[in-house]
Amino acid sequence: MTIIEGKTGPWEMVIGLEVHAQVIANSKLFSGAATAFGAEPNSQVSLVDAAMPGMLPVINEMAVEQAVKTGLGLNAKINLFSEFERKNYFYADLPQGYQISQFLHPIVGEGTIILDLEDGKTREVGIERLHLEQDAGKSLHDQHPTMSYIDLNRSGVTLMEIVSKPDMRSAEEAGAYLRKLRSILRYLGTCDGNMDEGSMRADVNLSMRRPGEPFGTRTETKNVNSIRFVQQSIELEAKRQVAILEEGGTIDQETRLFDASKGTSRSMRSKEEAHDYRYFPDPDLLPLKIDAAWVESLKKDLPELPDAKKQRFIDEFGLPVYDAGVLVADQETAAFYETVAKGRDPKLTANWVIGDYFGALNRTSGANLGNAPVDAAKLGGLIDLIADGTISGRTAKEVFEAMWESGKDAAAIVEEKGLKQISDTGALEGIVDQLIADNPGQVEQYKGGNAKLIGWFVGQVMKATQGKANPGMVNQLLKKKLD
Amino acid sequence: MAVDKDTVARIAKLARIRIPEEQQEALTGELTEILNWVEQLSELDTEGVEPMTSVVAMSLPQRQDVVTDGNCADKVLKNAPEGAHGFFAVPKVVE
Repeated sequence: MTIIEGKTGPWEMVIGLEVHAQVIANSKLFSGAATAFGAEPNSQVSLVDAAMPGMLPVINEMAVEQAVKTGLGLNAKINLFSEFERKNYFYADLPQGYQISQFLHPIVGEGTIILDLEDGKTREVGIERLHLEQDAGKSLHDQHPTMSYIDLNRSGVTLMEIVSKPDMRSAEEAGAYLRKLRSILRYLGTCDGNMDEGSMRADVNLSMRRPGEPFGTRTETKNVNSIRFVQQSIELEAKRQVAILEEGGTIDQETRLFDASKGTSRSMRSKEEAHDYRYFPDPDLLPLKIDAAWVESLKKDLPELPDAKKQRFIDEFGLPVYDAGVLVADQETAAFYETVAKGRDPKLTANWVIGDYFGALNRTSGANLGNAPVDAAKLGGLIDLIADGTISGRTAKEVFEAMWESGKDAAAIVEEKGLKQISDTGALEGIVDQLIADNPGQVEQYKGGNAKLIGWFVGQVMKATQGKANPGMVNQLLKKKLD
Repeated sequence: MAVDKDTVARIAKLARIRIPEEQQEALTGELTEILNWVEQLSELDTEGVEPMTSVVAMSLPQRQDVVTDGNCADKVLKNAPEGAHGFFAVPKVVE
């Protein structure tokens, strides 16, 4: 919870999010037109999507399945009876003059989602509902001085609107909610979660209150298309509302538009009047009834979801909560980690995957787990060399960089560069004896009680061997000779 | 249930129908009569009767997730008052 200290006292944010998630399916919710991103304008439009007179909607069974799976992934109640209604409004990219949506009887009811916060803590946020609806077409306003261009390819594509309860109290929690929701959707394969392509968009409902008091009046900021912008728009809107409230003003319940390039927001007054949507059951569609046994069978086939996987990584591999959370955020990453960790030290593996490996992926543009120069087997080979004492952890970092550069495996690089750790007692003993003989002053000080000097001795041995001495053995040898 | 002139004006606006001031009064009476006529239905006792969603007992037909339609931009755009570069072109609507 973030408390904002105003001039007149503390304020608390109350945030609820409505997320529109585009369902992964080949065809649209009520027509057989394709859904691929980036096609030629109006090429993926059937006469149903264009709302030609007499055309009738027929529901796509995949859309229903994806919605139910998502509901199950959100631990939500699946409604065996749901109904489609018409939401009436006029806009140039809505040829029907109404959107087919669900209102009184959504397909999914209340559920929960667990947020993973920065400090490793978790927090539960309620899901109010999930319903199915049609997407609208796309308007382009910047192609012509006096005209708007309309592309209906997106018209009729299946959306899931996922509505949270007003349970979030900071921009950080809103970000964590979106990240977790996206992660669950991707695990389930029900939405690709690509916010930059518009397949996941968020409306932010925000109000301010004095801590512990009832909710204040909220505003809704529409269609924010990245997690960072959601967080920015929350900070901005909270400040705006606090300023108004502290001046003794009142908040208008209104729809606002966030302009990411300017970092400002403004009221969308034109939407206000349209808010009378006059919902009524769509006479073209019978109620949707689904079978409890079918829902059970979908539940049985769900993949292991992030929360369960995280718990398993903690229990099975003994990973810290934070590391487990980072590794399971993405299904491919989790699978990569498990491949590398198989038969190896799980903690050492986690450190390498999260640290050096992610670091290299992030700074190499275009690199991902599928095309990276170091694959799971090669990273495993490097960790094996650390585990069996062939190289030290420090040398391993150097080897890793060379692997990333060249794509060669660890053993080849160690051989080539002569980085093999000196673990030969005889060789090390000679160096240690020489060192002791050459530095009687330091030996005297050490024996006189300056225990910290052991570090200096280790450093000298490392220097003499260009860092290749096995540090554990050097320590042992020194202690044996000096103590 | 009686419909007043403001309600008529509001419904007309929501439906994007222009109704001249002088016709609104007449419509007030007509709409009120229609509503009253339909309201007679509430005289029936429907206690325990399931809502009827279809005249024949059937469930919502579903189709498989296969692309079977589209790829007909020319047909889709054929009746558009104006088009350009494969888009519908409409008077500018800017939020």
